[in-house]
Amino acid sequence: MNPVNSLSGPLADPAADAGYAAGHPPRVGFFTDTSVCIGCKACEVACKEWNALPADGVGDHGAAGDVLGLTGMSYDNTGGLGASTYRHVAFVEQRVPARDSAPVDLGMPSTDLPGAVQPGADREDATEVRWLMSSDVCKHCAHAACLDVCPTGSLIRTEHGTVLVQEDICNGCGYCIPACPYGVIDQRQGDGRAFKCTMCQDRLGAGLAPACATACPTESIRFGPLDELRERADARLAELHDRGVGEARLYGRDPDDGVGGDGAFFLLLDEPEVYGLPPDPVVTTRDLPSMWRHAAGAALAVAGAVAAAFLGGRR
Amino acid sequence: MSAPEHRTATGAPRRRHGGGRGKGRGERLMVPEAEFTSYYGRPIIKPPVWKVPDVPAYLYLGGLAGVSAPLAALADLTGRPGLRRLGRIAAAGGATASVGFLVHDLGRPTRFLHMLRVLKVTSPLSVGSWILAPFGALSGATAAAEVLGVTPRLARASGLAAGALGPALTTYTAVLVADTAVPAWHEGFRELPFVFAGSALASGGGAGLLAPGDVTPARRVAVAGAALELAATAVLERRIGFAAKAYRTGRAGTVLRAARAGTVAGALGALASGFLRGRRGRALGAVSGLLLNAASAATRYGVFEAGMASARDPEYTVRPQRERLEARRSG
Amino acid sequence: MAEAHPVGFQWVMEAKRRGATVIHVDPRFTRTSAVADLHVPIRAGTDIAFLGGLIHHVLETGAYFEEYVRAYTNGPMLLREDFADTEDLDGLFSGFDPETGSYDTETWQYAGMTATSSAGDRDLDVHEAERGQMPGSGGAPIATDPDRDDTMQDPRCVLQVLRRHYARYTPEKVHEICGIPVETFRRVADALVENSGRERTSAFAYAVGWTHHTVGVQYIRAASVLQALLGNIGRPGGGILALRGHASIQGSTDIPTLFDLLPGYIPMPHAHRDQDLATFIEANGGTKGFWGDLDAYVVSLLKAWFGDAATPENDFCFDHLPRLTGDHSSFRTVMDQAEGKVPGYFVIGENPAVGTANARMQRHGLAQLEWLVVRDLNMIETATFWKNGPEIATGEMRTEDIGTEIFFLPAAAHTEKDGTFTNTQRLLQWHHKAAEPPGDCRSDLWFYYELGRRLKARVAGSDDPRDRPLQDLTWDYPVDGTGEPSADAVLREINGVDGEGKALPGYTALKADGSTSSGCWIYCGVYADEVNQSARRRPGAEQDLLAPEWGWAWPMNRRVLYNRASADPDGRPWSERKKLTWWDGERWAGPDVPDFPVDVPPDYVPPRDARAAKAIGGAEPFVMQSDGRAWLHAPAGLADGPMPTHYEPEESPVGNALYGQRANPARQRFERADNPYHPEPGTPGAAVYPYVFTTFRVTEHHTAGGMSRWTPHLNELQPEMFLEVSPELAAERGLTHGGWAHVVTARSAIEGRVLVTERAKPLRHGDRVIHQIGVPWHWGPNGLSTGDAANELLGVSLDPNVHIMETKAATCDIRPGRRPRGPELVTYLADRRRQAGLEEEQR
Ligand SMILES: Nc1nc2c(c(=O)[nH]1)N[C@H]1C(S)=C(S)[C@@H](COP(=O)(O)OP(=O)(O)OC[C@H]3O[C@@H](n4cnc5c(=O)[nH]c(N)nc54)[C@H](O)[C@@H]3O)O[C@H]1N2
Ligand SMILES: Nc1nc2c(c(=O)[nH]1)N[C@H]1C(S)=C(S)[C@@H](COP(=O)(O)OP(=O)(O)OC[C@H]3O[C@@H](n4cnc5c(=O)[nH]c(N)nc54)[C@H](O)[C@@H]3O)O[C@H]1N2
Ligand code: SF4
Ligand code: SF4
Ligand code: SF4
Ligand code: SF4
Ligand code: SF4
Ligand SMILES: [Mo]
Repeated sequence: MNPVNSLSGPLADPAADAGYAAGHPPRVGFFTDTSVCIGCKACEVACKEWNALPADGVGDHGAAGDVLGLTGMSYDNTGGLGASTYRHVAFVEQRVPARDSAPVDLGMPSTDLPGAVQPGADREDATEVRWLMSSDVCKHCAHAACLDVCPTGSLIRTEHGTVLVQEDICNGCGYCIPACPYGVIDQRQGDGRAFKCTMCQDRLGAGLAPACATACPTESIRFGPLDELRERADARLAELHDRGVGEARLYGRDPDDGVGGDGAFFLLLDEPEVYGLPPDPVVTTRDLPSMWRHAAGAALAVAGAVAAAFLGGRR
Repeated sequence: MSAPEHRTATGAPRRRHGGGRGKGRGERLMVPEAEFTSYYGRPIIKPPVWKVPDVPAYLYLGGLAGVSAPLAALADLTGRPGLRRLGRIAAAGGATASVGFLVHDLGRPTRFLHMLRVLKVTSPLSVGSWILAPFGALSGATAAAEVLGVTPRLARASGLAAGALGPALTTYTAVLVADTAVPAWHEGFRELPFVFAGSALASGGGAGLLAPGDVTPARRVAVAGAALELAATAVLERRIGFAAKAYRTGRAGTVLRAARAGTVAGALGALASGFLRGRRGRALGAVSGLLLNAASAATRYGVFEAGMASARDPEYTVRPQRERLEARRSG
Repeated sequence: MAEAHPVGFQWVMEAKRRGATVIHVDPRFTRTSAVADLHVPIRAGTDIAFLGGLIHHVLETGAYFEEYVRAYTNGPMLLREDFADTEDLDGLFSGFDPETGSYDTETWQYAGMTATSSAGDRDLDVHEAERGQMPGSGGAPIATDPDRDDTMQDPRCVLQVLRRHYARYTPEKVHEICGIPVETFRRVADALVENSGRERTSAFAYAVGWTHHTVGVQYIRAASVLQALLGNIGRPGGGILALRGHASIQGSTDIPTLFDLLPGYIPMPHAHRDQDLATFIEANGGTKGFWGDLDAYVVSLLKAWFGDAATPENDFCFDHLPRLTGDHSSFRTVMDQAEGKVPGYFVIGENPAVGTANARMQRHGLAQLEWLVVRDLNMIETATFWKNGPEIATGEMRTEDIGTEIFFLPAAAHTEKDGTFTNTQRLLQWHHKAAEPPGDCRSDLWFYYELGRRLKARVAGSDDPRDRPLQDLTWDYPVDGTGEPSADAVLREINGVDGEGKALPGYTALKADGSTSSGCWIYCGVYADEVNQSARRRPGAEQDLLAPEWGWAWPMNRRVLYNRASADPDGRPWSERKKLTWWDGERWAGPDVPDFPVDVPPDYVPPRDARAAKAIGGAEPFVMQSDGRAWLHAPAGLADGPMPTHYEPEESPVGNALYGQRANPARQRFERADNPYHPEPGTPGAAVYPYVFTTFRVTEHHTAGGMSRWTPHLNELQPEMFLEVSPELAAERGLTHGGWAHVVTARSAIEGRVLVTERAKPLRHGDRVIHQIGVPWHWGPNGLSTGDAANELLGVSLDPNVHIMETKAATCDIRPGRRPRGPELVTYLADRRRQAGLEEEQR
């Protein structure tokens, strides 16, 4: 039997919680600062190249589509994380209140040439276009639902505090997939097993940083010991707030959150759901003890009901 | 090629509380002006990859088998051979078919063996496998003895053991689905075991109604189960907030309404059959039993579908979480 | 820049992190705009009006860096009395000849000096513009000191001429022409001015959004004028950064693949003008500055090529060099092909059937060849046009009629061979072979070496004098076991050696007596101390800000050109904050390699008869210019005017709001049936093509797709040809997001999926709304992700200085649905042309 790790609450050292002896490497992770992401997708491609992942077009889940198809979702044609997309860059086009720029004055056109129409009334002068980009990845949760629910022990906590699927053990039960509160891990079509970001376990072992972080030209993806990343993130947030970027916020940094803090956390410029992230995720196994209690109660009710049915005489 | 639904690449639609796509959204308006946004309407969590009918069937058959086993064991002890025989076969058949569906869903038989590599209490599927496997073996042995007519004492022992495991089999599946991020399932983790327990009782009892001889306990079980299921469902829908919509609308809503009607009709039929004598009572009992089983299967399918629907629509994930967050921030 | 230079863009992001303001001027809202502090949407093709507006602002508010302008630019120089400006001639400068469509630039010269005459004969079809390619663009030597007024008040001094030239480029005019709101313009102007001067510097970065215009060179000139006025050149954080294209496109201009240049920007000799070496040097070398040593560069080049065969007696084999007899530029050649004048063609690392304007004309040219060699990584359209080109589908060509014999040779990619890349910063970086080329793929170096070897073998016994150049050519590179020549040895030959065969330290060591050799004088030093300096990889963190030990920059590993300008005329840094190179009492000091003779003091005044480097005054930082100064007004070297002037593109929906002259009068046009242009704006036919389109790149694909359309991991990211339109235009033309639409010009029609995005913004021009359509140009018929090529749409009209095509602004129509297929496309296009009144005209 596996050691039972704690199911929720702040967790300083998930690796130790999972039974690694003292002296194991520090917990590592990502701080993805979306305010400097330029949407180049180098991370996405580097990940695929390093992990020899197949191209999968519009994602093998969710939106139907052939392999090469335009989604119409701005410049995002991968759609989301999946079994063959461990890094995914989201593109959000928005109309937001203008910062302080002057509006483009479209005037009142007066000729009837084809170009001379009244532009749409929705182009209010006080708004401007904002294009947010953000590179998403497995959060390597301190309390990882995927890992908790995996019946085979295929998903494990590594010595680096990350969460890893062991491909040779996974039996494709698919349980981890709906368990993940972020919709990260997925089943590969035709293979049946589940896949997700490995935090480049094979590179970490060789003293290299993950492929995605290495490829990122703007250091939007920072890799390192989580403690350092958190400090860096706090400093960056303060800096942005000082510069008047009030909408900047950290996401997944807080060890008090529903998953005990993400191993991969983010600086966002809008609400998480805008990027396709859950606003307040909770590891489902937080409630597991209570679930078992309720199930036991219900099982007792079943036993009681059956037993009671035999009380009294026969007809 | 997949045609995009939105009109432009700019601005994923923001849906307002209460506004947008019809009624029933604004009932728990805790924070005014909160908006629902999503990433091009794509789901946030991944919908389960579990297949239909495999997994709903697995849920239903587990319940049927889990109730049939103790029913048979007690029938054995109380000298009701018809009920015993039927229960033993239903338990073994249900367990075997349920493993069959699971294996089918996994794709390869050997993959089921991986389930038994470890026992993880944090994994309801692991725990379930460890319940299902011995249950399957015990109920299988019992049924084999029953059919072959050999070793009645051993059969009694194994039947009792299977009967003791049975109730767990009926409710662990509720934990199985609830222990996910699927809103309609997770939000109902308190009630779902009782819904499943009730549904299992209804189906197991209902199956018992098909047995020759005295089926009074089965009738009681069926009626009690139906009552429990209906009550638990009502509580569930009342308590889980926004996610309840998944149980009321769409395909899940339709299926669950039908299931409820079936359950009510089946229970009433079962009850009535107790007052009718002879063939007519037996026939009504049998029809009611079948109806209850159909209803139970429909309930599991409905619950399954409700979960799938709540996983596919990001609003189910976002809204309750956002409300929780805003409440925490303002509180 | 984020789109097409994402790796370089990290430094912009780094600067932003440190507080820099990033402004992005682009008709489209791109990934760059997304992270910029300000995006300035502009009507495509109007940047000179915008930059002119900034020049106007800087001059009128007195915001220019006066001491810098006085000392280091030609602001004080007086122009000739007979010079006439566009303000006087309604859009023309003096000297225009409407017959030839070109300028006689004599009146643009400074007053008080001998005007230079263009020596020798000139073939009629050699464009006057070839003078723009002369050394350093410095034009002809300036023999005497021009008249000047250091108060810069004289109405004839350059600064005052400039002021009058831009007098009407007001913010309101900028708004009218470019569609940029006055407020936005002011924000840019304020940001730029605030961030320039003694303590601060601003930089401009550009790529082909600025160059692919019929006035492309003048765009860059406009930025140069602005930067010179603000004192932003030669100083850290300043300058104008030309973001280059292909990984080593800079390298391929340094050691050129251009028809009119020899390595190191030495002009290609002319058949009738440059009869011998002395005449060539006399005509092309400057008397002052580093071009003064042209003889040493040319002789060393000839020694590198012809070795011992090159002797003083035979003019160092100068006669062996090929000669220009006319315009042999790419488009001229293709038109000659189409006329059956060209028998054979090498296409190497290029895909013109997709990547070049008027792709149809390109393919027609290819179809007339006797033979064609294509060396590429993939089976690109240029090699398959005969079976699946668009003309096969329309029936305009039939495979069986095409007589071209095509040789496709698989090429090794850069990862499969050693060599250097020269980047935007003139930095040479060595790359090591990382994998063996697959199958029969071979490096280009191997190919040319083999080809040369075999040709030499073939002519070895010949006594035909025309074979002498080949016989004399040194061709002796060491090869490895696979026959691959050593790229390292080639680099060393480019660096050059002295009489004892030792690698030279730098170009100042080159001699005109034949005792040194160098394959490219500006690269001399890359193998200094017998070390491949380009392979140096000392991390930046271990070095100072300039990181001089990472790779090697030409010339002389100098990281900032004209860095003498970072100090005042007395040699003191303009500011402590921005100091880079300064006079420490004995010599020029600082972290960079001084772009100046190190021991020439600031107060040095060269004697009258001094030549070359010795003729550079101690306070003349622009050492490549014949007068040591930055040119606000270019007295020579340009084909289309001494000062940038706003002209409309060849095709635009509106007339010129400033002058009667609508478009660049000197632009190169080709009035041919296969190259129809749209009607002039204002004429009735113009309404048939009412919208503007601009072609662009996306990060996910590369150029004509030869490398990216075969790569699954890139195709899934950007899987289909698309067209970016605004919601307003979509409404006007009934286009649906995700649906199909096609863009139509007089040349062709192409289809794509519609991306309706608010990033695309209509602009106002006077009382009209101008819609601009974004058309990525990466697709073609082959590969994993296929689609129509944008270059089907474009006609050929060129910048007269560098013959670059105008891809960034033209007119079109857009219609919902897919384009007609097969022969119907031909009739469809003809109908539209007839509606526009073009068909009768052109047939
Ligand atoms: N990913 C990727 N990178 C590349 C390449 C590639 O194909 N893909 N190609 C390489 C090559 S060969 C080159 S030359 C460079 C080119 O790099 P860029 O010049 O950056 O590339 P483009 O997208 O062609 O044009 C840049 C921008 O110019 C804008 N533009 C068009 N007209 C005007 C105008 O009149 N004024 C202004 N201010 N802007 C205008 C366009 O909207 C476009 O956004 O990129 C190199 N890098
Ligand atoms: N409409 C429009 N047209 C444009 C532009 C635009 O902005 N708009 N941009 C223009 C610009 S800036 C450029 S640079 C051109 C580029 O246009 P092209 O040069 O015609 O197109 P590429 O696709 O870059 O072609 C390069 C080819 O070289 C091959 N290749 C790569 N490495 C090697 C090698 O080592 N050896 C050999 N032999 N082959 C190799 C690649 O597979 C590829 O097919 O397009 C121009 N065309
Ligand atoms: S994000 Fe999902 S897949 Fe990743 S560790 Fe957390 S629960 Fe597992
Ligand atoms: S699919 Fe694989 S990794 Fe996921 S829970 Fe099942 S066995 Fe574990
Ligand atoms: S850490 Fe490795 S596996 Fe994970 S996203 Fe980055 S590159 Fe991919
Ligand atoms: S995270 Fe980095 S690599 Fe990924 S898209 Fe953003 S900038 Fe590019
Ligand atoms: S492809 Fe090469 S040249 Fe282009 S941005 Fe990336 S690293 Fe730079
Ligand atoms: Mo280029």
